[in-house]
Amino acid sequence: MKTIEEIHKIAKQTRKELELRVNTKADTREKHILVCHGTGCTSSKSPLILETFNKIIKEKKLKNVRVIMTGCFGICSKGPIVIIRPEDTFYSMVTPEDCEEIINTHIIGGKRVERLLCKDIKGNMVDRLDDLAFYKKQKRIALKNCGVINPENIDEYLAFDGYKALEKVLTKMSQDEVIDEISKSGLRGRGGAGFPTGKKWLFVKQEEGKQKYVVCNADEGDPGAFMDRSILEGDPHSVIESMAIAGYAVGANKGYIYVRAEYPIAVHRLEVAINQARKYGLLGKKILGTTFNFDVEIRLGAGAFVCGEETALLESIEGKRGQPRLKPPYPAHSGLWGCPTLINNVETYANVTRIILNGSKWYSSIGTETSKGTKVFALGGDVNNVGLVEVPMGTTLREIVFDIGGGIPNGRNFKAAQTGGPSGGCIPEEHLDTPIDYESLAQIDSMMGSGGLIVMDDSKCMVNIAKFYLEFTVSESCGKCTPCRIGTKRMLEILQKICSGNGEEKDLVKLNELANGIKKASVCGLGQTAPNPVLSTMKYFADEYKEHVVDKSCRAKECKELAKIVIDETKCKGCDLCKKVCPVSAISGEVGKVHKIDQNKCIKCRSCMQKCPFKAIG
Amino acid sequence: MPNCVDKKIIKETDEILSKFTNSKDNLIIILEEVQKKYGYIPQVAQVEISEYLNIPVAEIYGVVTFYSRFTTKPKGKYNVSVCLGTACFVKGSKEILERAKQKLGIDEGETSKDGKFSLDSTRCVGACGLAPVFTVNNEVYGKATVKKLDEVIDEYMKKD
Repeated sequence: MKTIEEIHKIAKQTRKELELRVNTKADTREKHILVCHGTGCTSSKSPLILETFNKIIKEKKLKNVRVIMTGCFGICSKGPIVIIRPEDTFYSMVTPEDCEEIINTHIIGGKRVERLLCKDIKGNMVDRLDDLAFYKKQKRIALKNCGVINPENIDEYLAFDGYKALEKVLTKMSQDEVIDEISKSGLRGRGGAGFPTGKKWLFVKQEEGKQKYVVCNADEGDPGAFMDRSILEGDPHSVIESMAIAGYAVGANKGYIYVRAEYPIAVHRLEVAINQARKYGLLGKKILGTTFNFDVEIRLGAGAFVCGEETALLESIEGKRGQPRLKPPYPAHSGLWGCPTLINNVETYANVTRIILNGSKWYSSIGTETSKGTKVFALGGDVNNVGLVEVPMGTTLREIVFDIGGGIPNGRNFKAAQTGGPSGGCIPEEHLDTPIDYESLAQIDSMMGSGGLIVMDDSKCMVNIAKFYLEFTVSESCGKCTPCRIGTKRMLEILQKICSGNGEEKDLVKLNELANGIKKASVCGLGQTAPNPVLSTMKYFADEYKEHVVDKSCRAKECKELAKIVIDETKCKGCDLCKKVCPVSAISGEVGKVHKIDQNKCIKCRSCMQKCPFKAIG
Repeated sequence: MPNCVDKKIIKETDEILSKFTNSKDNLIIILEEVQKKYGYIPQVAQVEISEYLNIPVAEIYGVVTFYSRFTTKPKGKYNVSVCLGTACFVKGSKEILERAKQKLGIDEGETSKDGKFSLDSTRCVGACGLAPVFTVNNEVYGKATVKKLDEVIDEYMKKD
């Protein structure tokens, strides 16, 4: 247990030590080597890099240099990332073998290791992280501490105004004032549906009953979405602090974080953070010397997408099959074990501390008329800069894909951007200038969703993409209601029929009818939105559906039964690359002469198409 | 009469159970521990849990089969798992999965007869920057190609 004064002292002292993290002109002889420990970099061996640095520093008995693990810097495609502070030198794709050179040349010699400096898309060297075009249009609110602090050290969190918002709330604000501030900020749920957060808090506060709960939905299940995980991995305390604030505002003293078991690093960091917060008396009884009690427990999700739906999540916390409940009653009225329960998503919570500290006026000055603040997106797929981006609401998709994302690789063209995961839609080029907010995305048949943003180039078949999402919903449907359980299966069968070349025109009509029926009649959000990827592709890429059904062809050659991969004799230079890359030795031909594909052997994996430098295979 | 393997599982399951109260909410956490210990949830363990928490075995089976992290069959020594998250999918992970099926001679969710390999698909391991990705046990192989998969599996085939 620490008193408020002791916590202030730790914060002040640590802040001084960490000045070099945020100020390139910091007056210090010390150097901090920051090594990204997000999931992406961790899987390309960043823990070994950290270990190697520490070993070398020990061997050479170097002083004034520290190696620190941090959360995600965002630009995962350049990982593993190492940053040297205070100068903010940005090294990309570092290997453990590079550590010695970084220490010798940079830390001891004072010169940059040029070969490891990050290069932008044009191949120019980038000195500093902030110089990269990737960061220029971003605004970090929810991700503010990610990549700056060590997520497993509460002192570093305290140094950057950590737990100050909780202190302010507990000592200076009434419950209603807190809720009023959140309402005025215009914050809306970041889990996808965009319900006004303040209103949700108010509903729970107004409920009578002694026992209330605060729940954090960290069951981030959209394939290709990793925003929430990055926040939990990079800044777990911000979520815990915000949950305590919510607990105070609505009158709850117990919180649950429901997090996917597939996120072992996030779970570990949360455990560490909760223990540290308890040790400092920031969780538990009589927090900061007030009468407020609040504690948090972790519950692991066991791999069911539907548990991201709030009532299914509650069932799962109660130890049951995660099947959604009928609404109403809403969780605010009857949630966990029948008690009033507040459920917000990770990113929503991550905004709360900033709103309390900087005020609702500041927050509501960012964004559009109806959608305030920023949104974090996991940018992935066919785009140069894969990673995590946070932009003000109202930024256009074009800015995200081309300015931040750096456009489409391999000289290909943009075809579609998919937002909202299996509940969202595919947005074509003509709508790229749509400003991102809840309403605009809904108008173009997609949705904000939790923040997955997958870019697709012109080698993708949109019918196949629709089929992919339906395969997902069919396998994740919980089976409780018929429209979702059976309806999506029937839709998938029709799509399979179309992709295998047996589709008829009447199938398209049937598909449309089924989709609209399932949307109207399903019990929960999963079923109500499951047809969206099909409906949006049928609307924007109708000609591709037609081609599959009428011409029996797939222009992207992804639908194998409709595809025949051949080499264009006029373009083939006999470079032999395709032959080397073919896993089944289906390609024959001498070097310098036109090559041929044996159709009986070809498994249509398209490796040769991707490899051919002359675009002769198609 | 339970055989000696079952007896061992019963004893070990009881040890796990002793760490928890018999509140029904603990079911999923307990199953998580059992899955971690054996790599699957044996039937005798389900019976033990049923008695301890006073929940019918059928209901426990219902929970076990509902969540994809729980399995009722043991996994292979080397579990190959191909990511089918959207980022990996658009980068061609379906082809990698197809190749893995061909190469290992088993379907998704199956284990080879000798118990050496099992094959899975997963939804997003979170290494979207390295897409497409597959894993063998806890090792992540990024920027995968059909050829790379072949090489990696060949390596594991040589191992015991």
